[in-house]
Amino acid sequence: MKYVIVGYSVAAVNAITAIRESDKTGEITVISNEDRLYSRPLISYYLAGKLSKDKIGFTSTDFEKDMGVKVLYNTEAVKIETKSRHVEINNKKKLPYDRLLICSGGTPIKIPVDGLKDNLSGVFTFTKLADAKEIEKYIEKNKVKEAVILGGGLIGMKAAEALLGKKMKFKILDIADRLLANTFDREASAIIEEKLKENGCEFLKETTIKKVVSKAGKIEELVLSNGKKLKAKLLIMAVGVRPEVSLAKGTPIAVNRGIVVDARMETNVPGVFSAGDCAEGLEFLSGKGAVIAIWPTAAKQGKVAGHNMSGAKDVFGGSFAMNSVEILGVPSISFGITNPKEDGYEVVKKSGEGKYKKIVVKDNRLVGVILVNCIERAGIYGLLIKEKLDVLALKKELLTDDFGFLLLPTDFRKHFVTGEGTEV
Amino acid sequence: MKRIVINEEYCLGCRLCEVHCVTAHSKSKDIIKTFKSEGFKPLTDSCIAFEKCGYTTFALQCRHCHDAPCIEACLTSAMYKDKEATVLHDKDKCVGCWMCIMVCPFGVIKPDLKNKRVASKCDLCGDRETPACVEHCPNEAIKMKK
Ligand SMILES: Cc1cc2nc3c(=O)[nH]c(=O)nc-3n(C[C@H](O)[C@H](O)[C@H](O)COP(=O)(O)OP(=O)(O)OC[C@H]3O[C@@H](n4cnc5c(N)ncnc54)[C@H](O)[C@@H]3O)c2cc1C
Ligand code: SF4
Ligand code: SF4
Repeated sequence: MKYVIVGYSVAAVNAITAIRESDKTGEITVISNEDRLYSRPLISYYLAGKLSKDKIGFTSTDFEKDMGVKVLYNTEAVKIETKSRHVEINNKKKLPYDRLLICSGGTPIKIPVDGLKDNLSGVFTFTKLADAKEIEKYIEKNKVKEAVILGGGLIGMKAAEALLGKKMKFKILDIADRLLANTFDREASAIIEEKLKENGCEFLKETTIKKVVSKAGKIEELVLSNGKKLKAKLLIMAVGVRPEVSLAKGTPIAVNRGIVVDARMETNVPGVFSAGDCAEGLEFLSGKGAVIAIWPTAAKQGKVAGHNMSGAKDVFGGSFAMNSVEILGVPSISFGITNPKEDGYEVVKKSGEGKYKKIVVKDNRLVGVILVNCIERAGIYGLLIKEKLDVLALKKELLTDDFGFLLLPTDFRKHFVTGEGTEV
Repeated sequence: MKRIVINEEYCLGCRLCEVHCVTAHSKSKDIIKTFKSEGFKPLTDSCIAFEKCGYTTFALQCRHCHDAPCIEACLTSAMYKDKEATVLHDKDKCVGCWMCIMVCPFGVIKPDLKNKRVASKCDLCGDRETPACVEHCPNEAIKMKK
């Protein structure tokens, strides 16, 4: 059996491990357009100076040898031929496959801004180790002390964390009225905005960049949507990522927002699988397909894909949005639907002493949670969402400080924590 | 394979399991020194999620999940499984991203918010025949699975 994997990150690593559980001899070739394997979320720790280059891996150093995989680094997959079953790489070489896994991840979204040219010095995205290295070099060379981050989403916050580690000041701009707009509400955001202020940083809500002014190919000043001007030597563009699906375009492989997959992580083309940030798998709460671009989902989907590619049976039970973000010593974790827009949802919240807890319930089932500064035992909320436990009589309990299994119905608790066979 | 099972009906709520858990993970392994000179706190530094509600209490440790969500979610591979299928945590690798806390369905991982790393997670007491909590539970509320 010949396996070809496009993209070498967490989905790929989990797929490889899963394939090797049953197929010890099949030929596995991985195509990566980067120069090494590393944990993408750790680039902010690297830029902050908290982790060195050789500490940002997430596998054993012998992983490739142990797994017997051939990794083609610095190599771009340029074309997939589903009929003749091969992948073309940038030196025109063709790699034949029996099973193909596309796990090409995400790519930063570019928005058009007046005056923003492609190779303007001082403007960066922040999704790859190469980005972090370039930002580091640029900051040193130009003695940058202040920065502007466009986008207060997950990646914007990660960039902010990194700059704080470098003792830099910055302003975060976002068209939304709050930080982490996909998960947070105003109250949750306010806790972090306050902290930013204390540290000489600022969040400018409902603000974007109208024009970038540059001189000799270097960024100088920003004209904001509110007409104000802002001096800027460093601009980090963090407006979001979209699934990297360009390889599937123009092939019979179905693409919606991401590459469409079934519960086995197989696409509509037999033998071609997809997983991770580029794939559109089952979203648990809606029961529909969606791209859930987070590490644990990429890991799970990669594992399921790997099992099915090697002939073992496995299904992906769906996942939902969740994330853990810590900034300026304020840890936060969120799950599911945190800002319901339609009717039919009930919201209960509790705040005080810099803590914030918000619970979103629909049809007596927990569907969303925000926890700021009170993340202990967070995973139990995730369990309740997954298990669709009836929480009609539990709403108050869900908000308490000592929330735990004892506040849940006895049979539910006993099933999960006491007696035999309790591990998941 | 070592596994701990829980019988909440037998739990007296004495919290000796926590005291002995912390002691077993201290430098001195001495119950007095652990809390006096090493500065541990029995109720926050143990690997046990102790719960109390009215007269019901129980002590919950890591279930050492078969398909462990914490390992899947860990950004650094600080969470890993050893040959005995025990889920262990490597403090040196941990960056305190709290992904494991987000996904552990039992809520048994405690964060050390100050030092930005997982504070404690049950390791089944490594080389000890019987984990300290089980050994010192006076009423067999936590037992080894046969
Ligand atoms: C700064 C940052 C912080 C993050 N923090 C968190 C966090 O705290 N928690 C969390 O859950 N998630 C976090 N994420 C998201 C997480 O990193 C992703 O969900 C995860 O990396 C997805 O893994 P993947 O395997 O799908 O693909 P990716 O990690 O995106 O990797 C895909 C790889 O494929 C390569 N590739 C693409 N096209 C080709 C081609 N044609 N040929 C060859 N190679 C190709 C890419 O260069 C890349 O190396 C963060 C992301 C970023 C950028
Ligand atoms: S820490 Fe939680 S998720 Fe990890 S093995 Fe233990 S019980 Fe399972
Ligand atoms: S907090 Fe530590 S152990 Fe937990 S997921 Fe993050 S790096 Fe891994």
